Amino acid sequence: MPVLIDETTTFIVQGITGREAVNLTRECLDYGKGAKIVGGVTPGRLGRDVHGVPVFDTVAQAVEHHGSPIDGSVVTVPPSFTKDAVFEAIENGVKLVVIVTERIPRGDVAQMVELASERGVRIIGPNCLGIIVPDVVKMGGIGGPAKDAAKSYTPGPVGVISRSGGMTTEMSSTLTAAGLGQSTAVSIGGDAIIGSTYAELMPLFEADPETEAIVIYTEPGGRMEAELARWVTENKSRLPIVAFMAGRFMDEMPGMSFGHAGTIVEGKEDTASEKIARLAEAGIVVAGEIAEIPGIVRDRMGAAV
Amino acid sequence: MRFFEYESRAIVAKAGIPMTKHGLAKTADEARRIAEQIAGPVVIKSQVLSGGRMKAGGVKFADTPDEAARHAEHILDLEIGGHMPRGVLVDSRAPVQHEYYAGVVWDGLRKRPVMLFSDMGGIDIEEVAEQHPDHVARRHFSTLRPFSDWQAKQLIASLGVSGSALNRLTPIVARLARLFLAYDMTLAEINPLGELEDGSFVALDAHMDMENEARPRQKALLHELGVGDEETRQAREPTPFELAGEQVDSQDHRGVAGNVTEFDGNLGLVIGAGGGSLTLFDAVRAHGGDPANYCEIGGNPSVRKACGLAKLVLQKPGVDKIAVMMSIVSNTRVDIVARGVIKACVELGYDPAEKIAIFRIPGAWEDEGFQILDRYGVEYADRSVSLHEAARRAVEKIQGPPAPAAV
Repeated sequence: MPVLIDETTTFIVQGITGREAVNLTRECLDYGKGAKIVGGVTPGRLGRDVHGVPVFDTVAQAVEHHGSPIDGSVVTVPPSFTKDAVFEAIENGVKLVVIVTERIPRGDVAQMVELASERGVRIIGPNCLGIIVPDVVKMGGIGGPAKDAAKSYTPGPVGVISRSGGMTTEMSSTLTAAGLGQSTAVSIGGDAIIGSTYAELMPLFEADPETEAIVIYTEPGGRMEAELARWVTENKSRLPIVAFMAGRFMDEMPGMSFGHAGTIVEGKEDTASEKIARLAEAGIVVAGEIAEIPGIVRDRMGAAV
Repeated sequence: MRFFEYESRAIVAKAGIPMTKHGLAKTADEARRIAEQIAGPVVIKSQVLSGGRMKAGGVKFADTPDEAARHAEHILDLEIGGHMPRGVLVDSRAPVQHEYYAGVVWDGLRKRPVMLFSDMGGIDIEEVAEQHPDHVARRHFSTLRPFSDWQAKQLIASLGVSGSALNRLTPIVARLARLFLAYDMTLAEINPLGELEDGSFVALDAHMDMENEARPRQKALLHELGVGDEETRQAREPTPFELAGEQVDSQDHRGVAGNVTEFDGNLGLVIGAGGGSLTLFDAVRAHGGDPANYCEIGGNPSVRKACGLAKLVLQKPGVDKIAVMMSIVSNTRVDIVARGVIKACVELGYDPAEKIAIFRIPGAWEDEGFQILDRYGVEYADRSVSLHEAARRAVEKIQGPPAPAAV
């Protein structure tokens, strides 16, 4: 059983009639065994369809049409409408919300995350590309069109967690080229507050028998690498972890933010060099280049057996 | 985005938090007039977006309006941390008997805002937290439920503050927590929060940071404060080159081709996306390269935007070649970026094969993109060439192969 989603997962796309959402819908339907997209929501567009997926005005209509609870939602609405869309999904029984939208203020994200935790809902993102289980299913734009995603992702033992959507694919492609497939790859988003951090996803990978190692992409800003280091130490994780740290140059430029909103360094623990030290203390190997990752993963997996 | 102290004070006052009598002066004469109105000892403070004002000589005390004018004249000409001041704040010197600290920040791990309170104000809160952890109280609060005053009361009382001080501090901290949420702040700090000899409390300084992402919905406040859209309020002022990058990006709403930061090297970078740009910039430097700029492409920009960005970088003085590189793209189309950068070269009268050191963007529509690059003889690489290897090739083209190690 993969992590978070499998071929039976049903989901909707909120904002389905937007340009990128139409592409994303096509990609998910085409990829692997074909995603079970049971509806789309765009207010005022009831009765249309997008690549055969029926469009509704409300999430409630989509649920009613489906006839039973819907597992997930991919939210691709503009930033000022995202909070409302996520609340609507949560209050209509959706349990997994992937938020693609970027540039959402933290106050809104905090509200979504707080409601989600009260209702037992998991949020991935915002500012992410979603989740992919190679050759099985993808939920979100991760990997791009089905034929491109198939070039980068193959099934295998490595779980991938990344703060950058593009780098999720870049790292997976490097693993694939070296003959190491992925169990599940999750683009967790590049914002300062996100629904699921590395440490919050680790228990899922830990419980997944197919996963034998973890590869993460990290950046300056925030404390979630320190949180992961602590989690790994406290829980005596069975999974070797290999990390890649981008944005090392930012250490010379305090107060500037590059790449993602979440890279803004707000304390001295948030810098690249500080994080590398934290990860290393917890036994997490930090690779200097992406190309080194497969070799290190192999070594560490060998050592773990 | 950071606010100047005078703006932060306006925000604090708007929230109903009491403050010392003060005014902003842009000339020595204005400073004198404000000091006359205050009619008592004043402090003159440089208005710069930089810490360490006191050490740099940007804060001076004056007993008379003439002295205030003299100090203002000096401070208005004083550069601090590379910034010239916006003006000087003329603030009345209140008879303070004790200094407290009150602040609100986000906790990214708990995913909630957290209030901080200390009875050791006037110094950096991180320093207090390290050296006197028992003098700092913390309390997270909900963003879903309306903020209720007891939460501030409980925070303050946990440090042993009682009596009328507790009752006067509670509404101030509660208002700070509410303004933090209402105005999308990432930092809202009153330090010091002064207890005067008569037992009343006033904000003696304030520091506010607003989230960039919230600027569109905080237009009313920003307008009220006179903060223009063009003011980025990053750690340093944007350069003309960076402002030109913003213009390229804002010419249409399709995708991103901008977020330009200027450096002074000879290798122009047209790179993306968020994480890819960070990785590539590191990679170029790791191979001894000298980037002329940082930038980001993503979200499938138009040919016009990709072309505009490439032109901007190509025309930067000192740029010999550009490297066009991204991590594997999902929705950005390889052919569109290829078209854009080739168009930029041709329109500027350059041979794309000569000017583009390497093109490494694999992913969506790559076959179409590679065809175009073939036609112009541009060296390109697919996903089998790593980001670091692509960066190495670009650096080698501009600097020649690395010198053999000395024997």
